[in-house]
Amino acid sequence: MELLIGLCTGLVFGFLLQRAHVLRYDKQLGALRLKDMTIVKFMLSHIIVAMVGMYLLSDLGLAKLSIKATVLGANILGGLIFGLGWGLVGYCPGTSLGALGEGRTDALFGIAGMLVGAAVFSRSYDWLLTTVYTWGDYGKITLPGVTGLNHWLVIAVLAVAYVLVLRLLERKGL
Amino acid sequence: MRRFSTAWNPYVAGALSGLVAVASVAVTGKYLGASTTFVRGAGMVERLVSPDVVASLSYYLKEKPIFDWQFLFVTGIFLGAFLAAKLSGDFKIQAVPDSWRKRFGPGLGLRAVAAFFGGIIAMFGARLADGCPSGHGLSGLSQLSVSGFLSAAGFFLGGILMARLVYGGK
Repeated sequence: MELLIGLCTGLVFGFLLQRAHVLRYDKQLGALRLKDMTIVKFMLSHIIVAMVGMYLLSDLGLAKLSIKATVLGANILGGLIFGLGWGLVGYCPGTSLGALGEGRTDALFGIAGMLVGAAVFSRSYDWLLTTVYTWGDYGKITLPGVTGLNHWLVIAVLAVAYVLVLRLLERKGL
Repeated sequence: MRRFSTAWNPYVAGALSGLVAVASVAVTGKYLGASTTFVRGAGMVERLVSPDVVASLSYYLKEKPIFDWQFLFVTGIFLGAFLAAKLSGDFKIQAVPDSWRKRFGPGLGLRAVAAFFGGIIAMFGARLADGCPSGHGLSGLSQLSVSGFLSAAGFFLGGILMARLVYGGK
């Protein structure tokens, strides 16, 4: 049942990604070349809605948050390495499958590379555990936790900030 | 069949996708993510070749080569995109993206090499950071997790840098 729901969730999500045209290489690189911010508009709109919804569910006791650990070395280095690869392949892991779905066959090479990348990582994991994963391990922390502010205040401030970013993008015609 | 051949407004589609994420959490408690699936996928492929290797690597024991919620979610993205593209008349077999063609010409070889090695680097980074633009970018930022902000900043910084190297800042 859970698997079936997963498939349906992906189906709707993939449908929306395709309809917004955010799957394609040209849109992903458009954002990274600071020329076309469609994917940023999609992501920030998603986040504004989801942060309100998820914290509402959490406050009502209807769901548990699932926070990933903050390890400065791993998050920052891994993030930068991902970005460098992303700028080359032009698809992220989720959108590579979606891009293939809309006929972008170069995504196949990207997907093959990502599988190889996962295999390479599996062989580096034990070594990384004793090195990068020990650099600045702060555990599962959130902005409200770190700042001591109420999460709704943080959400309100971020929502306003995101809307201002989006307005700026619109004004600049991006 | 050309009813929706223009793109939907990204704010509307993005907000709707946010509702999908919230519904997913409400119904199954699952947060959107994609890159762990590539570890499971790699494990499945490797198991066909040499089961011993898979059994001996701790990362494959942590992220077992099985079909879980996220694996089906990622499969669903493929199907949903296919369906949307077909229904809207957007479906187009294209091996070399427009902007790549403008910069490097229509040859598939260079594009394939870049996509393949870019894929390797991107996935290594995503696994090191413990997430990709879905897991850290969308789910992480939505939950206000510090790891999400750090990783997402890295994604875009690294990506902008590589885009400059590839396109020469044009």
